Amino acid sequence: MGMTITQKIFAKHSGKRFVEPGELIMAEVDIALANDITGPVAIEEFKKAGGQKVFDREKIALIPDHFAPSKDIKSAELCKILREFAKEQQIVHYYEVGRMGIEHALLPEQGIVLPGDLIIGADSHTCTYGALGAFSTGVGSTDLAFAMLTGKCWFKVPETIKFIYHGKTNSWVTGKDLILHTIGDIGVDGALYKAMEFTGDALCHLSMDERFTMANMAIEAGGKNGIMEPDNTTLEYVKNRAKRPYEVFMSDADAVYLNIIDYNVEKIRPKVALPHLPENVVDVEDAENIAIDQVIIGSCTNGRLEDMRMAAKVIKGHKVHPYVRLIVIPATQQIYQDMIKEGITEVFIQAGAVVSTPTCGPCLGGYMGILAKGERAVATTNRNFVGRMGHPESEVYLSSPAVAAASAVRGKIAHPGEVTDSDI
Amino acid sequence: MIFKGNAWVFKDNIDTDVIIPARYLTTTDPKELASHCMEDLDPDFSVKVKEGDIIVAGNNFGCGSSREHAPLAIKSSGISCVVASSFARIFYRNSINIGLSILECEDCIKNIKTGDVLEINTDMGIISNVTTGETFKARPFPEFIKNIINAGGLLNYAQEVGGNA
Repeated sequence: MGMTITQKIFAKHSGKRFVEPGELIMAEVDIALANDITGPVAIEEFKKAGGQKVFDREKIALIPDHFAPSKDIKSAELCKILREFAKEQQIVHYYEVGRMGIEHALLPEQGIVLPGDLIIGADSHTCTYGALGAFSTGVGSTDLAFAMLTGKCWFKVPETIKFIYHGKTNSWVTGKDLILHTIGDIGVDGALYKAMEFTGDALCHLSMDERFTMANMAIEAGGKNGIMEPDNTTLEYVKNRAKRPYEVFMSDADAVYLNIIDYNVEKIRPKVALPHLPENVVDVEDAENIAIDQVIIGSCTNGRLEDMRMAAKVIKGHKVHPYVRLIVIPATQQIYQDMIKEGITEVFIQAGAVVSTPTCGPCLGGYMGILAKGERAVATTNRNFVGRMGHPESEVYLSSPAVAAASAVRGKIAHPGEVTDSDI
Repeated sequence: MIFKGNAWVFKDNIDTDVIIPARYLTTTDPKELASHCMEDLDPDFSVKVKEGDIIVAGNNFGCGSSREHAPLAIKSSGISCVVASSFARIFYRNSINIGLSILECEDCIKNIKTGDVLEINTDMGIISNVTTGETFKARPFPEFIKNIINAGGLLNYAQEVGGNA
């Protein structure tokens, strides 16, 4: 019996030749990640357990990105705990404000996470790195503390659901639309505890940035991880970033899947997820005319360069609607610089948008664009739960950067085709 | 462990953003977190809940963010145990790791109402609805998980087994 890519990574990291779904294993981690919200709790647990030295200072990443640059005194104190621990333990992958980016954009960009790795992060969107052909998943602070002490984490080897995307995507249909369609189809617990393996000829044409978006939202279907087999696009992305060896794993032809779900992408139109669950997915046309107050383009889901290029293409030559706030948040400093070089920042500012320094900020209702009672936002983020971006009676509509940009111009949820004649 | 308390019934897909909104994640103090527990669904929850009370919920309880502050807030609010049809993966791990009692049982949500008096034996996995006289059986935990629970959380367990974790 063959193994899936997820099983193979678990087998390698637990020193076994074969692992099967349901098996409980103790596995070695290549990278353990925490941020300014989850890190301080993990550090406290690490110290309480008598921790003196982390298992490997090169295998831990501490990123102050959620409420940083610090939004208030309390969040400054949290960042300080992270910073002092990083100094004390001489953590290699600590990124200070000014070099910091949103963790799930920064780590792949800097070549810290690589194909074949086993990565855990005290952040649910750690599943993003599956786009590189790595196993990566979110854990809590105590699991993270355990990993900082021992270099290990326990897992139950998951069954895998295979998602095959075939055909040619329609205009303005992106990785975000494919994953929203998938979550809409299987529901927010449709892949609970399961590995989601994304494959099919339609994915070959997706950029790395779009693949990261898809893997990022595996958690929104309850998935343990979202993973893709590396191909030339992956290896090209990794080539000049990797500073250590890595291993490419592929699923065996006779690997066993719990279920195989097939999507013809030619039938998929640009999507929006309505409040208050990411599974409430409809075609943009079915949500048109919903008036909005704010648009967020950014986050670990859609704050990468391709996302910014796409949004700028839609918005170029237009003005943001007079009563809408458009807040653009590049996910890393590199993306920020590239946007300036390519003239994208100029396009946004000319249109009347705010362009912020990297931060998770508004995505989780932290700061930099909180919603008042009754307000509605279109966001390229990942969650639209009650109160996620502010007041419990505010609403978040999830979309691609193209739909978000078109909506900012129209002041209501809009298809990109309403704003521009060009195509992607 | 034996718990007895009033039931608080919640629906499917209770996410960690409503269990403890991110706007309160600037603190790690369990008491402060507890004072905002479930606030966006029921602003008075933290005032009304009594020591020993029990949450009963549907599928996918604790979905969303990995914040350990969520089970911490629930535990510190006085809730003794959460019984759900199913739990989101990270919340399940976090609860076991910090020593919040959780049980998986699909029949409870259909047969228990807010205010019913429940008695739970976590070792046996038995949930009794004292108000109606009905009894339900929770799904048993794997041996490894039981060991973590009995040790009082992951890090205690790690210390017990030493380098063999």
